[in-house]
Amino acid sequence: MTTTHAPVAAHAPARALSASRTTATAARVLRQLRHDPRTIALLMLVPCVMLVLLRYVFDSSPRTFDNIGASLLGIFPLITMFLVTSIATLRERTSGTLERLLAMPLGKGDLIAGYALAFGVLAIIQSALATGLALWVLGLKVTGSAWLLLLVALLDALLGTALGLFVSAFAASEFQAVQFMPAVIFPQLLLCGLFTPRSRMHPVLEAISDVLPMSYAVDGMNEVMRHTDVTATFVRDVLIVAGCALLVLGLGAATLRRRTA
Amino acid sequence: MMNNVDDPSRPPDPHTHAVHAEGLTAVRGPRTVLHGLDFTVPRGRITGLLGPSGCGKSTLMRAIVGTQAHVSGALEVLGHPAGHPALRTRIGYVTQHPSVYDDLTVRQNLDYFAAILDPGHAAAERRHDNVTRAIADVDLTSHADALAGNLSGGQRSRVSLAVALLGTPELLVLDEPTVGLDPVLRRDLWHLFHDIAATRGTTLLVSSHVMDEAERCHRLLLMRDGRILAEDTPQALRSRTGTETVEAAFLHLVDEAVAAGRAKETAR
Repeated sequence: MTTTHAPVAAHAPARALSASRTTATAARVLRQLRHDPRTIALLMLVPCVMLVLLRYVFDSSPRTFDNIGASLLGIFPLITMFLVTSIATLRERTSGTLERLLAMPLGKGDLIAGYALAFGVLAIIQSALATGLALWVLGLKVTGSAWLLLLVALLDALLGTALGLFVSAFAASEFQAVQFMPAVIFPQLLLCGLFTPRSRMHPVLEAISDVLPMSYAVDGMNEVMRHTDVTATFVRDVLIVAGCALLVLGLGAATLRRRTA
Repeated sequence: MMNNVDDPSRPPDPHTHAVHAEGLTAVRGPRTVLHGLDFTVPRGRITGLLGPSGCGKSTLMRAIVGTQAHVSGALEVLGHPAGHPALRTRIGYVTQHPSVYDDLTVRQNLDYFAAILDPGHAAAERRHDNVTRAIADVDLTSHADALAGNLSGGQRSRVSLAVALLGTPELLVLDEPTVGLDPVLRRDLWHLFHDIAATRGTTLLVSSHVMDEAERCHRLLLMRDGRILAEDTPQALRSRTGTETVEAAFLHLVDEAVAAGRAKETAR
């Protein structure tokens, strides 16, 4: 064992949000995933396979595929990012690395932003693949711009990341974390207007669906489907989804504690 | 929370004491784990924290590092109340279970933690040197590119130790760093600890439940059931109790404490 001396580091103080610490965290999260190619393959391929499946389930009614397909382009990134983030942050909590990081000059915002950035990059690739496949191979008919579809998909992914980060605070094990998926995502899936328009639901359910963020994610996708230009409803949907994502990210940051019992 | 830290009448000089505690109490759930401890950890020395499993060693260390909730009493670390943000770059902490990313290589683990401690492009070269040095310190140079998850338990705990050595901290808090290591490696690590204390002036607080490691420390804190049994040098402890080893001294002190407790009860 050796003890040669490197120059003593002049340490930068911890600030609320540090760009270099955030990007270092994002790079680390992506590097971890790179050692896990199977997870990457599943993340990228499963949504595409589901879309292909859906296309041929509705083989005789392409109009139904148009309606559901666009909604799913928004829902897939939300679900996958929710799962990946909740497990990844749970592992960070249980492995002791979170405690170690919070004993270091890392801001909670740096950690959250780092995760959001890393999974945002993945979400862009995943959404681009799924959107490209749906539009150009499976013949999904969209009136508006594909870029707007991608924007909504990215915001949905961010929302999924935020929700996953938040619920991981309430899960003591991977088993529990996975069970949060049906608990948090399925009700939104049933009420978001995918199966039947929200206006045709029981009034109580419709009221509930009005406060669930996934309803606006699906709504935004449908706006792009039907209109050539950016509508006011679309802008409202995008702002609501983005606002919800930021709100839940903030709640997630509040669940990271430097001192624990 | 910490109180009376700014009380000017308090005696310890922050230049000679790395850690000073008065009436330190910690509660975990319904249980009081630390019962009003008073102790001092001198600077630049190796202080051993010895006691059986479950006696509160880890809780005490977490309190010093500032990650333990529900702590009361006075606890001053490097001239600041424990948990002060200014301490985050000055303390290296190694938990009992290795806190590293299993799906990163040894070097990638250290690269990341180094980027948190010393961020920015300008520091890239210094970071690289620090990482290389820390890997060499724990004798893992030949495993630098292995995934942490593929290493043995002892190797992973050395990766965790290397992370703590990264920032050249003033205080190193090591929770059972030598558990499960073979004797050669244990000896090498103790040499490293002494080297770090001597050449870098670092203060080390090392916990262990193996009493034979006590002889390697400059000073000892003997703990049992959330209380400090004794605070002294190994030699002084042995001569005070008239015993040959620290283990015998520990047993002697426990018997004494139990007898004193019984005497108190019968007196009631």
